[in-house]
Amino acid sequence: MQNLSEHIAEHLGDILVSREVRLNELILTVRKDAIVRALTFLRDDSTVDCKMLVDVCGVDYPSREERFEVVYNLLSLRQNHRVRVKITTDEDTPVPSVAEVFSSANWFEREVWDLYGVFFADHPDLRRILTDYGFEGHPLRKDFPMTGHVEVRYDDEDKRVVYEPVRLPQEFRSFDFLSPWEGAERQLPGDEKVDETAAEKAD
Amino acid sequence: MAEAHIKNYTINFGPQHPAAHGVLRMVMELDGEIVDRIDSHIGLLHRGTEKLIEYKTYLQAMPYFDRLDYVSPMSQEHAYCLAVEKLLGIAPPLRGQYVRVLFAEISRVLNHLLNITAFAMDVGAMTPMLWGFEQREKLMEFYEGVSGARLHAAYFRPGGVHQDLPDGMLDEISAWCDEFPRFVDDMRHLLDGNRIFKQRTVDVGVVSAKDAIDWGFTGPMLRGSGVAWDLRRSQPYDVYDQFDFDVPIGKNGDCYDRYVCRVEEMAQSLKIIRQCISDMPQGPVLAEDAKIAPPRRGDMKQSMEALIHHFKLYTEGFHVPAGETYTAVEAPKGEFGVYLVSDGTNKPYRCKIRAPGFAHLQAMEFCSKGHMLADSVAILGSMDIVFGEVDR
Repeated sequence: MQNLSEHIAEHLGDILVSREVRLNELILTVRKDAIVRALTFLRDDSTVDCKMLVDVCGVDYPSREERFEVVYNLLSLRQNHRVRVKITTDEDTPVPSVAEVFSSANWFEREVWDLYGVFFADHPDLRRILTDYGFEGHPLRKDFPMTGHVEVRYDDEDKRVVYEPVRLPQEFRSFDFLSPWEGAERQLPGDEKVDETAAEKAD
Repeated sequence: MAEAHIKNYTINFGPQHPAAHGVLRMVMELDGEIVDRIDSHIGLLHRGTEKLIEYKTYLQAMPYFDRLDYVSPMSQEHAYCLAVEKLLGIAPPLRGQYVRVLFAEISRVLNHLLNITAFAMDVGAMTPMLWGFEQREKLMEFYEGVSGARLHAAYFRPGGVHQDLPDGMLDEISAWCDEFPRFVDDMRHLLDGNRIFKQRTVDVGVVSAKDAIDWGFTGPMLRGSGVAWDLRRSQPYDVYDQFDFDVPIGKNGDCYDRYVCRVEEMAQSLKIIRQCISDMPQGPVLAEDAKIAPPRRGDMKQSMEALIHHFKLYTEGFHVPAGETYTAVEAPKGEFGVYLVSDGTNKPYRCKIRAPGFAHLQAMEFCSKGHMLADSVAILGSMDIVFGEVDR
């Protein structure tokens, strides 16, 4: 894995942002404008030889400046290894499409566009794929509510399916289980005395 | 007579069509009866699984995997559990791994039974379907025996499997192993040399090895094109490296070869199941780490600590160290992968599900172009599409 990483760094050094091996998986981050070059190299180089693009997916980190990560998972059947390539982008900056390099990228990129709103430049057919006809928004963004915005039902009078704003009889409940003991900042009643007595003793 | 000008004809295939294997809508442009262009519309069964998982704890997220490809539920649980285990840095006890392999292979037979027989029905043969369902029913009884549910088993857990096998289960599976080959022989007798079946499948939907790789095909779709690639062999997980089995491959990459591959894979699965039964070690089936695996019922009656662990695990759940992994298994349909990103909390930050059917269906236009309309049904049948996993 480490050798492979060195080999790739030798050839793609100028566009690599970072490379690391975690959990025995090779992760490369490249500049987004060079993704086509990077994937073409990884496909055609005989040492890397990743002929199959297994998956493309997006990840949303709203706190980052470039909030979206697009992750390409590559597989080499001959060398029997996997390489993961990442790029980062924001809502407005388009990413070059790799549909020309791998045929399988076509729908995967459509899915990322649909669910995250990452725009792929020069994509042959960038339409929504998984969501409803006429859907608005990008549902896998972290700021999209899990309950969504609209719900559908069949209207017997209109004889058609109608869209209405979501109405929940009970609010969606999200329990915060993140360290109920350590996380609480507030002081329990009586606890302030502990500090006082400790301070007095120190005097 | 002046030459008639024939306009291309556009038809809507599905979404309510028995040969569409669920809710596939294809807008087909036909030149006479030749398929010119296919625009597949998917997503009619989209349930937002990936979004839902981000709001659930790691254990609560697991049953969603049953509901993806509902024909082979346990194979997908397997991928998810392996991904979580990889991030946690744990491995199930040996018996747990054997039970998982055993049931992953039962799932494979379950899946191929449905696919082969439904495929046969797509191209006009009714009987295999009727026979196949009897066998599926028997297998689903094994599912029910271990998990209580015939389909949505939720049996594999991070760290092993939920419960040990009930008494006598191995004997029952073993008895089924002895009678099953007879069914396969009967079915092959109906299909293998059948003139109609062959006319409908041989040389239909030919995919070369190079194209199959380019389109991201995996599983029988890839092996049918002559590429010997099986994750159980090349990147073994659990105890797959302990078993002796062959990876059948096709020669021509047509629908018939894919059918033959699947039939042979059932025979190989049977071989693995038999080895599982004879080699099955004794011991625990679930990891002993009390911070990850819930305590046994019996312990909870006696031990306060076990009770606390039970409460904590079923409310807060376990925390997974920050990190990311792409873990894939050889599901019956192909490579089923889970790209799991953890931020160190008790809920997955991102869980991307890589479904084999998604990549296969994508190539529908590529495979069907230039074929007859009826052939596209055969091609679709040979792709083994289940919409639960394509639409997620």
